[in-house]
Amino acid sequence: MTWIIIGAVVVVIILALAAMYNGLVRLNQQANEAWSDITVQIKRRLDLIPNLVETVRGYAKHEKTVFEDVTKARAQTLNAQGVKETAKAENQFEQTLKSLFAVAENYPQLRATENFQKLQDELTDTEDKIMASRRFYNGVVRDFNTKRKVFPTNIFANMLGFKQDKEFFELDEADQAAAEKPVAVKF
Amino acid sequence: MYSEITSNKRRSVLLLFVFSLLAGLLAWVLGAYAQSAGVTVFVLIIALVYAITGYFAGGRMSLALNGAQEIQKKDNVRLWRVVENLAITDGLPMPKVYIMQDPSPNAFATGRDPRHSAVCVTTGLLDIMNDQELQGVLAHELSHIKNYDIRVAMLAFALTAVIGVIADFMLRMVWFRDNDRNNNQLILIIGIVAAILAPLIAVMIQLAVSRKREYLADASGALTTRYPEGLASALEKIAQHGSVLKRGNTSTAHFFFANPLKGQSISKLFSTHPPLQDRIARLRKMGSHA
Repeated sequence: MTWIIIGAVVVVIILALAAMYNGLVRLNQQANEAWSDITVQIKRRLDLIPNLVETVRGYAKHEKTVFEDVTKARAQTLNAQGVKETAKAENQFEQTLKSLFAVAENYPQLRATENFQKLQDELTDTEDKIMASRRFYNGVVRDFNTKRKVFPTNIFANMLGFKQDKEFFELDEADQAAAEKPVAVKF
Repeated sequence: MYSEITSNKRRSVLLLFVFSLLAGLLAWVLGAYAQSAGVTVFVLIIALVYAITGYFAGGRMSLALNGAQEIQKKDNVRLWRVVENLAITDGLPMPKVYIMQDPSPNAFATGRDPRHSAVCVTTGLLDIMNDQELQGVLAHELSHIKNYDIRVAMLAFALTAVIGVIADFMLRMVWFRDNDRNNNQLILIIGIVAAILAPLIAVMIQLAVSRKREYLADASGALTTRYPEGLASALEKIAQHGSVLKRGNTSTAHFFFANPLKGQSISKLFSTHPPLQDRIARLRKMGSHA
């Protein structure tokens, strides 16, 4: 009789551990997938840059520093590894891109060209997509980190090989302000 | 949100169970009336085939019934991008996108799971809504896909149709019987009552399931865009313009964003959608809590 009880308890514990492990694995996998989605979108945006720089250069040859900054920031983002570094490079790149567009503002003829408008449109779209994939990634990371910390998973998470929280893909200040006031959902 | 998906999967199973019971009961009464077990089996097989076809072809059927046309990115870049970005935010595969020629603003999502899903909007919606409103409406539709509401709706659609077919079959058998068997009077009465009641019950279950999901899709749609006002003002525009479609179709009404049928005030019991004013009020409340 005692053996049956002990056996039952062991089986229950094993099942509970398996469920915890599977839950963590699933979220971990989802977060990795979401991260690779972000990098795809970032890459897509970077691919548009050489063309954009050439187009602007055709009208504003002497703005050399801006072109150099953008090209440098692009290379940095391209080589960035890991969440933190990528986020930092991305934010920097965004600043230089802003100054490139500020330069373009001074050339109405340039802004009127079809090529420039198309590039601008593509860039806006990619930016939206980066934001969308970032939001999904951060949501999954939040779920994963919460799961790791809630009882009883917190006791076993280290043992099961999930030793660290995942990093959020951090936002720049303006986005941060918007994200700190989330929507309250009530039923 | 994940608990929503689980509860919807459970709901699907419950729906299957209740409707199978209903269909089984009808088939049994039919068999008893004809005094042959073969009839019961025959009816059940027909019902099964009908339900399976309905479930798997339902998405395409509802799109075809409403005259929707599939589009690619180049056909409407604005709509395509809104859907694409929302799908990324929700972590869903890109659904198929359809447009339906109709001046009244409306939209719906259909399919059986996120991999087999489609969203459809009317040309009226595209004309009337600004980008944020369009985003609000489509975030609502994608929530239906994400939460597996589309599967529940599809099941409800297929199963209601099956109950309808069996009941119809029963009534016909009663009208066209050749010889009167007196010992069957009681069964006959039960049969007629069941044949009339069953489709009504089926439709009411279908409607109750659909109404509740609308509030939830509004809420999770607002969570996706983080901007409840977009959806609220879209609903307001719909309240002004009316969502009544030119080719309104009762069998697919519960798929839509806003009620596509005329006579919205008849009765709450027979409406697929909660009142617009109520939905707007709830969304505005979320916005003011931010």
